[in-house]
Amino acid sequence: MTFWLVQTLNGISFGMLLFLLAAGLSLIYGLMKVLNLAHGSFYLLGGYIGLAVIHVTGSFVLAALAGSLTIAVIGSLVERFFLRRLYLQELPQALLTFGFLFIFSDLATVIWGRNPETIPKPSMFRESLQLGAFYYPSYRLFIIAFGLVVAGFLWWLQEGTRVGAMLRASVDDEETARALGINVSVLFTLVFALGAFLAALGGVMGGPIVGVYPGADFEVLLLGFVVVIVGGLGSLKGALVGGLVVGLLDNFGKVFFPELALFTIFAPMALILAVRPAGLFGRE
Amino acid sequence: MSAFLLKRASTWPPLAAAALIGILVLLALPYLLSPYHLGLAVQMMIFALFAMSLDLLIGYGGMPSLGHAAYFGIAGYTTGLLALRLSLSVWLAIPAGLLLAALTAALFGLLALRTRGSYFLMITLALGQVVWGIAFGWRSLTGGDDGLPDVPRPDLGLHLGLPWSLTDNTPFYYFVLFSVAVGTFLLIRIVTSPFGYALRGIRESETRMLALGYNVWRYRFVAFVLAATFAGLAGCLYVYYDRFVSPDYLHVARSAEVLLMVILGGSGTLIGPAIGAALIVFLENVISAYTERWLLLLGLIYVVVALFAPTGLIGLVREFRLRRAEP
Amino acid sequence: MTALVASDISRNFGGLQALSHVSLTVEAGERRLIIGPNGAGKTTLFNLLSGAMAVSSGNVLLFGRDITRLPTYARARMGLARTFQITNLFPRLTVLENVLLALQAGDQSAFSLHRRMRANHQLFHGADALLRKWDLTAITGKRAGDIAYGEQRQIDLILAIAMQPKVLLLDEPTAGLSAAEVVRVVSMIRSLPREITILTIEHDMDVAFELADRITVLHQGCLVVEGDVEAVRNHPQVKEIYLGVD
Repeated sequence: MTFWLVQTLNGISFGMLLFLLAAGLSLIYGLMKVLNLAHGSFYLLGGYIGLAVIHVTGSFVLAALAGSLTIAVIGSLVERFFLRRLYLQELPQALLTFGFLFIFSDLATVIWGRNPETIPKPSMFRESLQLGAFYYPSYRLFIIAFGLVVAGFLWWLQEGTRVGAMLRASVDDEETARALGINVSVLFTLVFALGAFLAALGGVMGGPIVGVYPGADFEVLLLGFVVVIVGGLGSLKGALVGGLVVGLLDNFGKVFFPELALFTIFAPMALILAVRPAGLFGRE
Repeated sequence: MSAFLLKRASTWPPLAAAALIGILVLLALPYLLSPYHLGLAVQMMIFALFAMSLDLLIGYGGMPSLGHAAYFGIAGYTTGLLALRLSLSVWLAIPAGLLLAALTAALFGLLALRTRGSYFLMITLALGQVVWGIAFGWRSLTGGDDGLPDVPRPDLGLHLGLPWSLTDNTPFYYFVLFSVAVGTFLLIRIVTSPFGYALRGIRESETRMLALGYNVWRYRFVAFVLAATFAGLAGCLYVYYDRFVSPDYLHVARSAEVLLMVILGGSGTLIGPAIGAALIVFLENVISAYTERWLLLLGLIYVVVALFAPTGLIGLVREFRLRRAEP
Repeated sequence: MTALVASDISRNFGGLQALSHVSLTVEAGERRLIIGPNGAGKTTLFNLLSGAMAVSSGNVLLFGRDITRLPTYARARMGLARTFQITNLFPRLTVLENVLLALQAGDQSAFSLHRRMRANHQLFHGADALLRKWDLTAITGKRAGDIAYGEQRQIDLILAIAMQPKVLLLDEPTAGLSAAEVVRVVSMIRSLPREITILTIEHDMDVAFELADRITVLHQGCLVVEGDVEAVRNHPQVKEIYLGVD
C-alpha cells in the first residue's frame, strides 16, 4: 500500500514538472501558433544556470529566479529578433526553434560538460515528512503544491485579468484584436518569455530529483509533447491533466518495465490519437 | 503541343546532357576516388535516397515530418539483425526491412494522419522518439546504446565465378549505386504519376481536392507508407555499408538532418534534396574531422535556412532565374 | 425529379446558431438563388450541403439518397460540385495542372502510381478544350497563384464545371470582379446545360435576379422567404432586410 502511495506521489510530482513545461508550450502555441521546439533547451539551460547560481550563492530561491529570468530574457530575444521575422509561417518557425534546440544543446555541453549533475534541494525541504505510516520527501510535496499554485496563477491570469482577456481575444481572432488596439506584438513577446520562464523554472525545480544532464532537453521535450498531445495543444487544463497522466505513466512504467518505459507513454498517446486527435481539451 | 508539356521544352537538351554526363561520372567514380572518398560517395547516395523519400512526404505531399528516421532505423535494425543473428541472405533481409518499415508507417500513419501542420510535426517527432527509446532500452534485442557491430556485407549468392565480393569497396559501391538508382527511378515515376499530381493538389489545397472528389486521407496514407519504405531502403543500404547499427539511426537528430537536407536542397523537386543530402554529408564529414561541434553547426544552418532560404537552393536558383528574366 | 433536399438542417457552434431549421427542395435543372445579408448563414448552408461541415441536426438528400453522413469527397463523386467564396485553387501548380486535377477526379486512374501523367493525351485534350471554350488559353502555363484575381475566379468556376457535376453550388461567383468580368462569368454560368442544377449565393442584386428561377432568402440563420423572382422582389420583409439596397 505504501509502495503505491509513494509511487503515485512520485508520478504526480514529476507530472507537475511536466505541467510547467507543457503549460509554456501550450500558451505559446495557443497564441502564436508556434511550436517551440527549443522549449526543451529552456528547461535544460534553466537547470544549468540554476546549478551555477546555487554553487556560488547556496540559495535555491536565487537559483530558481536567476535561471528562469535569464531564460525568459533569452526567450524574448529569440522571439523578438528571430521568430517574429517568420510571422505566420508555421513550418519555418518550427524549423527555426528546432535549430535553436540543437545550438543550445551543443552549447550546454561545451559550457557545462557531459557529466550529469544534480541541484541540491533547498534547505527547507531536505527532510522527509511523515505521512501516516510512511515517510515521503518534503521536496516532492513542495513541487506538487508549487505546481498547483502556478496552475492557479496561470488560470487567474488567463481568465481573471485584463492581460488574460487580451490574450484570449488575440487567440480567438488576432485581426480583430489588433483592430481593437491590443498590442499583439508585445503580447507575443511576453507570452513567449513567460513560457520560457516556466520551462526554466521546471528545469531548476526538477534539478534535485531528475538531475541536469545532456540529453535532458530532448527527453523532456518528448515528454512535453506527449503531454500536449494527450491534453490538447493550447489548453492550460490539458497541460495539467496531461502532465499528471504522463507523469504517473512514466513513473509506473519505469518501475514495472524499466527497459521499455517509453512504451507505457506510447500507449495513451496512441489511444488519444485514435480516439480524439485534438487531445482531451484541445480545439478541433 | 507546347502547352501540353509540363516541362518547358527548351530545357530538355541541356538537362539530358547533364544527366548523361552525371551518369558516366557516377559509373567511373571508383576509378577516380580514394577508398575514403568513395565511402563518402556511398554515404551521399544513401542519404540522397533517404532525403528524396522524405521529399515525397514533405515536398509533394505537404506533410512535414520530424520522425522520418524511425523508418530508416527500423529497416536498418531489421536487416542488421537478420543478417547478423540469422545469417539471412540479403534477398530476404532487405525485403524484411522494407516490410517492417512499411508496417510501422502504416500504424503510425493511422495515428498521425488525422492531424495537420504543427500537430502532425509534433506527433511524428514523438512517435520517432518512442521508437528510439525502445531501441535504446531493449538491450537484449538491439544491444541498446552499444548497438550491433559486425553486420556482414551482403552475399548476393550469384555464383558466377566472379572474383569480387561486396566486402570490397568497389563492388559494394556499384551495389549501392544500382539500388539507389532503382529507388530514384521509382520515386520519379511516382511523382510524375496521377497519384503524384493528386498529392501535389492535396499539398496545395486539401479542401479543393475533397470538393473535387478525391479521397484525401487515402492518398496521404499511401504516400506516408511509400515514403517510409524508401527511407527503409536507405536504412538497409546504410547498415550494410557501415556494418553497424545503433539507436543513432533513430534519434531525432537523424530526422532533423534529413529534414534539413530536404529544406536546404529545396522541397518538392527530388533533385534538390539529393543535392542537399550530398552537401550535408560532405559538411558533416569535413566538420567532424576538426571539431565535435557538428550539432551546433546543424542548428546554425537550420536557423539560417529557416530565416533566409526556406525554399532551399533550388528555390534560390529559380528566383535568380526569374529576376534575370524580368526587364 | 428532386435534385437536392435540405430537410430541417441546423448548425450550431457552441452557443452560436449559424443555421436554424432550414428546409429547401431544389428540382433538377432549377436555378436557385440564395440571398441574405452578411452572417445570414449562406456559406454555412453550402458547407452543410457539400459536407465541408457536419449538420447539428437534419438531413441532406441528393437525388433521393441520404448523404448526411457522407464525407465531402463522396458527395463530389455523386455529382455535387462547389466553388468557394474565397478563391480556392492550387496556387503553385499551373492553370493547366489545376484543370487536369479537376478532370481526373472522377477517374479510377487518378490513383495510379505507375502511369505517367504526361502520357494521358485524352486528359490533356480535355483540359485544352475546356480552357479554349472559355477563352483562357493565354494563362495555361502560368501558376494559378500568379494570375489576375478575375482569372482566378473564372478558373475556380471551371474546376467545378470540369467535374461534370449534376448539382453545382456557386458561392458568390462574381465577388470582387470588375463589371466586364461579371458579365463574362454570368454568361459562363448561363451557358451551362439546363440539366445541371445550380444553386448560387449572390450579393450583387442585378446579377442575382438574372441567375434565378426561384429565390431563397436567409436571415440570421433562418429561412425567411422563398418564391419566384417577382414574389421575393416585392416581399415586404425582404425589402426591410435589404433596407437601402435595391
